[in-house]
Amino acid sequence: MNAIKKMSLRDRYRVLTRDLDWAPSYQPENKIFPDMAFEGIKITNWEGFNDPFRLTMDAYWKYQAEKERKLYAVLDSFAQNNAQMGITDARYITALKLFLQGISPCEYMAHRGFAHAGRQMRNAGLRVAAQMQALDELRHVQTQVHTISHFNKHFNGMHSFRQMHDRVWYLSVPKSFFDDAFSAGPFEFMVAIGFSFEYVLTNLLFVPFMSGAAFNGDLATVTFGFSAQSDEARHMTLGLEAIKFMLEQHEDNVPIVQHWIDKWFWRGYRLLGLVATMMDYMLPKKIMSWKEAWDIYFNDAGGALFKDLARYGIRMPKFADVADKEVDRVSTELWTALYSYSHATAFHTWIPEEAELEWLAKSYGPEWEKRYRPRFDFWKQREAEGKRFFNPTLPQLCQVCQIPMVFTEPDDPSKIAFRESTYNGEHYHFCSDGCKNIFDHEPEKYVQAWLPAHQIYQGNFGGATMPEVLNWYGIVPGQDNGDYRGSEDEKTWLHWAAMRNRVAD
Amino acid sequence: MSNASITLYNNDETRGLIAAIQKDNPAAKTNVYPGYVKIDCDKRLVINRDSVEAEIGRTWDVNEIHLAVISLAGHVDEDDDYFIIHWNH
Repeated sequence: MNAIKKMSLRDRYRVLTRDLDWAPSYQPENKIFPDMAFEGIKITNWEGFNDPFRLTMDAYWKYQAEKERKLYAVLDSFAQNNAQMGITDARYITALKLFLQGISPCEYMAHRGFAHAGRQMRNAGLRVAAQMQALDELRHVQTQVHTISHFNKHFNGMHSFRQMHDRVWYLSVPKSFFDDAFSAGPFEFMVAIGFSFEYVLTNLLFVPFMSGAAFNGDLATVTFGFSAQSDEARHMTLGLEAIKFMLEQHEDNVPIVQHWIDKWFWRGYRLLGLVATMMDYMLPKKIMSWKEAWDIYFNDAGGALFKDLARYGIRMPKFADVADKEVDRVSTELWTALYSYSHATAFHTWIPEEAELEWLAKSYGPEWEKRYRPRFDFWKQREAEGKRFFNPTLPQLCQVCQIPMVFTEPDDPSKIAFRESTYNGEHYHFCSDGCKNIFDHEPEKYVQAWLPAHQIYQGNFGGATMPEVLNWYGIVPGQDNGDYRGSEDEKTWLHWAAMRNRVAD
Repeated sequence: MSNASITLYNNDETRGLIAAIQKDNPAAKTNVYPGYVKIDCDKRLVINRDSVEAEIGRTWDVNEIHLAVISLAGHVDEDDDYFIIHWNH
């Protein structure tokens, strides 16, 4: 008998990945891979890249198809059973709205980014892994849009998420984050998204939030979330191998990579402030506080990671200590800002219910209670008087993260943090040392930032009045924006609850 | 302490995998959350194909981990018979 032995995982991977590569002879390499030199990263041996998962393309398709089958079975079942009626409370949908408007379009940018960065890499293993990731990201945006489209049949604010992503003020925060990464070179992109975002921070986006979806009765979202996150394990491993590769290739790469880690940690951390508000304020049933999630996924997991990278001369990201100092207030500072500007958001905000305020006080301690409780009480009183507070002026935005300047001094939570730089005679404003540090390193890039507040004043947002701006955003006043109480979403929800009670009687 | 860590779906299909990990890593701590489990083990966490197969009663390809995993922390070493997550320092 002449049986052919099944190839081992290593051999199969080698044959189907690295063996498909060849040395070009018609054109010089620098013409085929033109973006490899300008960032200053030195690669002495492209073969030194260590493959992350030994996943071949055929196995990739097989497992991805399996994931899709499982996901779509759940989505069908969710729709058939009207499971949108089984969520804890319609306020929960706010998290989905923000996710669809803010995050899903970023998945698409990640798709483009990995297709582009992967194309530039002179190593077949890296290229194949980047190609898989590009396909994953496309899958993520598609499944997210598909999943959330079911909620769009019943709730407001999701009808033109793509237009909103490009135009609405608070969505310039995630949009500018990815535009920044996408317009960087391929190595910086790998550090920005592959390492800093995927490895260091993405767990904070997907794991507690999706667990929160499970806890709040949203089976569809938890399934797309974990389905997406199951690709994330591969992405994280690619990010880590890519960064180790750069660090091992040449010692001159170390300071460049360290600056990118510092920069993208801070950019990502600021972006995740929106996730902090999801966890602490938008989920009616809480899973864990932002502080607990930060401890598990940044302090513990990130701590182990940076201890491991210390042998390359890499240290913890600069300003990680500031993130630690802000941990008990960042969600509240952002939520109160969103509450104040809710006439211009495509989702609803509200004052937390009494039990939720108690949960916040318990999670964040007496300092939180002392500092923020009076503000909520005051706003509640105004609301009872029919004078729900909306801030009519436009906020000053940070030139880098584009978030309104609502953050406070790391060591004094009663004082707004304010930083400034002058470049070519113009003044630029920042919310933090982290954002100022990023600007000062690349002012030519960030002076071009498209800041919504400035654009409104320049007349580029459809007109000078609020109705004109909202119309340009695609936000329908009285339907998509404002307080949750009295909204169409609330009416829908109360109607469903009344139906349930009638049947129960 | 540097935890090598794996986060898995918590469902019927991953039950055998979780049990195998717990058997092969007696020092590991299993944290259960809604929808998922996070298993942490100091420095090194091992998944053996044999142990998984013994739990689930069928052959198991190490690549099938892609259908069960939600996240991980550590370097990955993967071969026909094992899947290891570890920190080097």
